[in-house]
Amino acid sequence: MTTSLRIVNGKLYDPTNDIDGESRDICIENGKIVDSVDTDAKKIDAQGMVIMPGGVDIHCHIAGPKVNLARKLQPEDHRLDPHPGSALMRSGTGGIVPSTFTTGYRYATLGYTTAMEAAVTPIGARHALEELHDTPVIDKGFYVLLGNNIFLQKLLQQGRTEEFKQAVAWWINATKAYAVKLVNPGGDEPWKGKRNSNVANIDEKSTETDLSPRDIIDAFIGAVNELGLPHPPHLHSNNLGHSGNVSTTMETMRTAADRRLHMAHIQFHSYGGELGKNPVSAAQEIAEYINSHPNITCDVGQVMFGKSTIMTADAPLAYMLRGISKNKWVNADTECESGCGILPFSYQENIYVHALQWAIGLELFLLSQDPWRIILSTDHPNGGSFMSYPKLIRLLMDKEFRKQEIKSVNQKAINKTILQDLDREYSLNEIAIITRAGPAKALNLKHKGHLGVGADADITVYDEHEDKELMFSAPRYVIKSGKLIIEDHEFKQDHIGRLLHTSPDYDETIIESIRPFFEKYYSIEFDNYAVNDSYLHDHEVIPGIN
Amino acid sequence: MSLELTLHTSPQVPVEAENISPDKFAGLTIAEIETLSVMHGNEQLTLADFFKVEGQTGAEIHLQGDLSRLKYIGSGMSSGHIHIHGNTGQHLGAAMSGGEILVDGDAGDWVAPDMSGGRIQIKGNAGHMVGSAYRGSPVGILGGEIIIHGDVRNEAGHGMRNGMIVVGGNSGDFTGVDMLAGSIIVLGKLGIRSGAGMKRGSIVTLQAAAMLPTFSYACTYQPTYLRIYMQYLKDSGLAIDEAHISGNYERWSGDAIELNRGEILLYKD
Repeated sequence: MTTSLRIVNGKLYDPTNDIDGESRDICIENGKIVDSVDTDAKKIDAQGMVIMPGGVDIHCHIAGPKVNLARKLQPEDHRLDPHPGSALMRSGTGGIVPSTFTTGYRYATLGYTTAMEAAVTPIGARHALEELHDTPVIDKGFYVLLGNNIFLQKLLQQGRTEEFKQAVAWWINATKAYAVKLVNPGGDEPWKGKRNSNVANIDEKSTETDLSPRDIIDAFIGAVNELGLPHPPHLHSNNLGHSGNVSTTMETMRTAADRRLHMAHIQFHSYGGELGKNPVSAAQEIAEYINSHPNITCDVGQVMFGKSTIMTADAPLAYMLRGISKNKWVNADTECESGCGILPFSYQENIYVHALQWAIGLELFLLSQDPWRIILSTDHPNGGSFMSYPKLIRLLMDKEFRKQEIKSVNQKAINKTILQDLDREYSLNEIAIITRAGPAKALNLKHKGHLGVGADADITVYDEHEDKELMFSAPRYVIKSGKLIIEDHEFKQDHIGRLLHTSPDYDETIIESIRPFFEKYYSIEFDNYAVNDSYLHDHEVIPGIN
Repeated sequence: MSLELTLHTSPQVPVEAENISPDKFAGLTIAEIETLSVMHGNEQLTLADFFKVEGQTGAEIHLQGDLSRLKYIGSGMSSGHIHIHGNTGQHLGAAMSGGEILVDGDAGDWVAPDMSGGRIQIKGNAGHMVGSAYRGSPVGILGGEIIIHGDVRNEAGHGMRNGMIVVGGNSGDFTGVDMLAGSIIVLGKLGIRSGAGMKRGSIVTLQAAAMLPTFSYACTYQPTYLRIYMQYLKDSGLAIDEAHISGNYERWSGDAIELNRGEILLYKD
């Protein structure tokens, strides 16, 4: 049901078009924002309400084999949070890793209309695409893991950088991915081959390939920028979660020089101190570098207290954490071109490290001078569920609330940070940037994250409220592609979102280099490997920037 | 006076009847109780579709008929009394925190998962997973008392955190597997691999039992606390001799693959 809609009297927050809380009418037709609509179009009176573009989640884990493993691993979590079906909605389960349908509905009820699955192995692309198709309402895409790909590393080792670039482009096309994801580049492979081995230093060369993480990162930044992919390499750097990893993070960012790079969940990479000892905050150093280098974008990966699920392609990290938590865990994808570790986790206020992680995330937000490049995320479900975004927004917007919360966490940790001295409060405009306009820009989604004419009609209307957590957890209207999905807080209409992917040109002769490698080492036939178009369903190819 | 529910139509498939509970009945008239919903497979029906409801509403509920296809009776109850004059189905007293359930016949699997208080007494046998953790969860019952006069099947007290499970007959395999604390007393024979993975807590049996290799013999003694427990059980109508109350018990510590702070006590005459 395509409707013409006119939203009147609301206060608009549209940072891309420099509109900061002004009252404007919005007209919608055929799923897009237009100049005007017929006078008999359905009218929504948004008097006293706040209008923003639909939220864009740049980094979350919502589909694919590892997410499904996390669901299977935690039946006890689903049992407590059933999502009953209705005439409009499919049933499912919630909890920290909700089922596909529930994920879509819950993003929609928060006013999010786009989300990016941040790590899928190439071989898991079919699975991820099928699950994304079953994730309703939102538009979605995924990043393909290439940072520990043996074939690509072999090309680099032999200095065949042009072919490397072509192969990266082929892999993106073969998997229908949106961007390239690098996870602990160069670290997973040695770990899989040899007990307890990993890389600790980004200049440490692998004995197998004679490549250091820096070589790999540098090559990917070069290739992706030359290919002009809409989103730069989405990088989970080496040494995640280790004390003193700030030096690795800084060196990694320096490797990019002035080329585009996205640093994923940077909170987990902002720790000072000595390896093996308690970490301290290095948020200032990281924030300073990002503030002065406009080529870097990042998402924070805020930790929120309560249940979470560690879900990562960084298998050595999950292996280490399982030693601490003694909980059940899964190690998977060792036979794929990546790694994978999953374990249920819980962040607790009274634990030094957890409180420090929480505080560092907030420091990063509050020290950032350019909200366009420091994006809100909890690395769902690693730092906490996306359902905790409203609380995170309140922590950023309400310093009294923040001070209260600070009091209830481990004080030793707080004293290792400057969080108590930071009085900044985010404005609604800045929230619109870090949750909508910023991620859309970092993803180069030109039709999202703003409300200008021609944009996708993905719109969220909130009742203005003093309690920002309440305000952001229950939008009054959510419009997706012009459809009124939520009206007066009630789910009114289902919608199947689009798959967003990119399709860089490549030289087809590269296939003849890749094929023999597959025939020699893979258990899957090369001709069966690439995902065909039948998996695309409703989709949109996002053009590159060149 | 009490409320009497008599089964008039046997369900074709299991019925989820979590509404049969003193907490849910509180303050309702008989007509209102009759309209409470139950799930019959995927179809939502009312209590009156299966039961004749009569008597006077109050804290005491009597259930008549073969209820072996009725699940979740007494689920979440915090007080009051349910007396089932026959068999009952799965998930009896799930998540109950208080009150009492008495079953004259047998109970199905999953007796009292997530229980935190109250008392369940079953005169017949019970199925698998008595007082056990739900699949995936490391923690079973948090408290309360489950007394079964007959036998139970596998994994009784899986992951239990506190409380007491008493089995008058024999228990199945993996009794007290992964238990964290609490007490399990089996008057008959323990199944194999009992106490596997236990961290703390006590498993007591009056018969000889095969020990896992990760349990080691500690000593033979007369546990003081056990006298109080055994006297209490004798008073509850279980077959306990004077010798069991004051006799010697072999203490085996385990499970060594975990904390090694649990114990299995074997009666030695």
